[in-house]
Amino acid sequence: MSADRLVGEEQGVVVDTTGSGGVDHRAGRREQVAGLLQRGAVFLVLAVAVVGGSVAFGSSFASVENFRNIAISSSFLTLIAIGMTFVIIGGGIDLSVGSLLALAGVLAAYGSRQGSLVAILLPLAACGAIGLVNGLLIARAQMAPFIVTLAALLFARGAAFAVSDEGNTTYLIEPGRAVTGLGQGTVLGLGVPVLFALAAFLIGLVVLNRTSYGQAVFAIGGSEDAAQLMGLPVARIKVLLYVASAMLAGFAGVLVAARSSSGLPTLGAGLELEAIAAVVIGGTLLSGGAGSLTGTLAGVLLLGVIQNLINQVGTLSSYYQQVVSGAFLIMVVVVQTYLSRRRRL
Amino acid sequence: MRAAPMGEAILTGSLSARRDLLAWVGDRGVYVALVLLVAFNLVFTANFATVGNLRLQLIQVVPVAIVALGMALVIGTEGIDLSVGSTMAIAAALLPLYLGYGPWVAIPIALLAGGLVGLVNGGLVAFVGVQPIVATLGLLVAGRGIALVFAQGRLTELFDPTLTAIGTDRIAGIPITVLVAAAVAGVVGLVVRRTTFGRRVVAIGGNRGASVLAGLPVRRTLVVVYVVSGLLAALAGILDTARLSAADPSFVGLLIELSAITAVVVGGTPLSGGRVRILGTLAGALLMQLISATLIKHDLPDSTARMIAAAIIVAAVYLQRTRVAA
Repeated sequence: MSADRLVGEEQGVVVDTTGSGGVDHRAGRREQVAGLLQRGAVFLVLAVAVVGGSVAFGSSFASVENFRNIAISSSFLTLIAIGMTFVIIGGGIDLSVGSLLALAGVLAAYGSRQGSLVAILLPLAACGAIGLVNGLLIARAQMAPFIVTLAALLFARGAAFAVSDEGNTTYLIEPGRAVTGLGQGTVLGLGVPVLFALAAFLIGLVVLNRTSYGQAVFAIGGSEDAAQLMGLPVARIKVLLYVASAMLAGFAGVLVAARSSSGLPTLGAGLELEAIAAVVIGGTLLSGGAGSLTGTLAGVLLLGVIQNLINQVGTLSSYYQQVVSGAFLIMVVVVQTYLSRRRRL
Repeated sequence: MRAAPMGEAILTGSLSARRDLLAWVGDRGVYVALVLLVAFNLVFTANFATVGNLRLQLIQVVPVAIVALGMALVIGTEGIDLSVGSTMAIAAALLPLYLGYGPWVAIPIALLAGGLVGLVNGGLVAFVGVQPIVATLGLLVAGRGIALVFAQGRLTELFDPTLTAIGTDRIAGIPITVLVAAAVAGVVGLVVRRTTFGRRVVAIGGNRGASVLAGLPVRRTLVVVYVVSGLLAALAGILDTARLSAADPSFVGLLIELSAITAVVVGGTPLSGGRVRILGTLAGALLMQLISATLIKHDLPDSTARMIAAAIIVAAVYLQRTRVAA
């Protein structure tokens, strides 16, 4: 009996290294609870941050106006993070989104002279094309997503500067254009970008959890070889992931341009890392095969709330903001890693 | 795994030989590209083959090359270090604070800070089990903030004769910074090829689980690798500061993590780990430097240069992929 027990524990240790389920029933339940905590941690922290902020700053934080601000400023990152969640669950990564947002913004402002429709379609087509190249190189040519999208990051940033005359020309969207409504309009008291972000979130939720495509994304992220052997059209699904991610980034770029009535090629630098951070904080594993969009949304909102709280402390310089958000990211990830049993080693 | 030597490939003289030749070229894509680019410049670029230009290109490649050497070790373990640029900034920000005690106090302190950043990264990766990209992302964000706090957000000009000498003097016509980079490359290359530590790095990247089971000190090795990466990043920050005679923590090393990763990967070290190419990494760094220099010399705008660089990265990595497939 005791010998069996010992073997069981031994196996438990080995099983942990591969990340598959526990042998021991009790260990299995513990794993379930830990998994729940890992997925739910972000909501807990978000609640604590909101309650803490309300107590500390009163109505200057806990006001409809301020929450509206948080929602608007988080909406662009939400769009990008939704695409990133899909890509990461599928076992990849997309570093190009920040540059794509800038390129889309510049193209939207550039195209707005030809009308609002061009201002929307031109950036979406350009970003979609870059996403398609990303996807084909990754899925068909079997190249590493990290390096492919890193090259796309360089390319899109270069293209944004090329269109805007090395950054010397800032294209403006004329005030009368309908496209500005995408960024500046409000419906039912909510900013239009917020509505788009919400719509994208709901659509993403359905696609990820209620369609065969979503299930296939999970399968590919879990084990690409197994997905291939099951007969899933792995390459097509992966290509679509990168096209969707690029177009979401492009759409976010259009919204940003519409909101600011201009396209700046310098925007969005480092946004890809923010999106990855939000996704990871939201409980999605970078190793792929597991994750949730609700967690990602909470992750984005958490980053937005923290930024807002830091702004509330007016005296805190922007350098400290960086220190705090970096330290916070590390803290969340450490807590998560301890909670989840999917530790390597 | 290893591609057949070229001579063997020609001797066999069949279809497989052609594939071997392709594999051989693919495996050394970075050197082929480098030779082609130099040849192009010799023919089409005025004043390319001058000592002055050679010196300039080498001086400019030094920070990326040094950072990339540390990055190559990290990537060899199937990791990644995004915090290197911020580590450079921290080192640069610390220099003026301690320069009053003399450069030989300030420089070790700056290096120590880099080592500390690496220790945090390594601890998170090895002992907590955080994925390298996230662990080092935290310090990418926080690190530059810390550097700016140290420097109070300002650029500080430095008037230290020793530091200026390190940054601008030459020994036998070769700039000291280039000599330092060469020495670092020599040491890292020897460590990778000739020491147990180097073997462990490659083994961990190849198969971490097996390394654990084989009884290798996986965690300790990982921590050391990240510490080395931090130290080298700090060194690059010090050299950059010395060359410019100014510490500018807002811009020192900005986005250098991307250039370094590119140099490493283009140089033939796969992101999936298990192999470290030191000479390839240096060639990769030099290639990327020469690409931007060439494009700028031919009056192409910076934006076009970036787009072409992106295309070359994809092409170089694609060539290496052929080798894996064959």
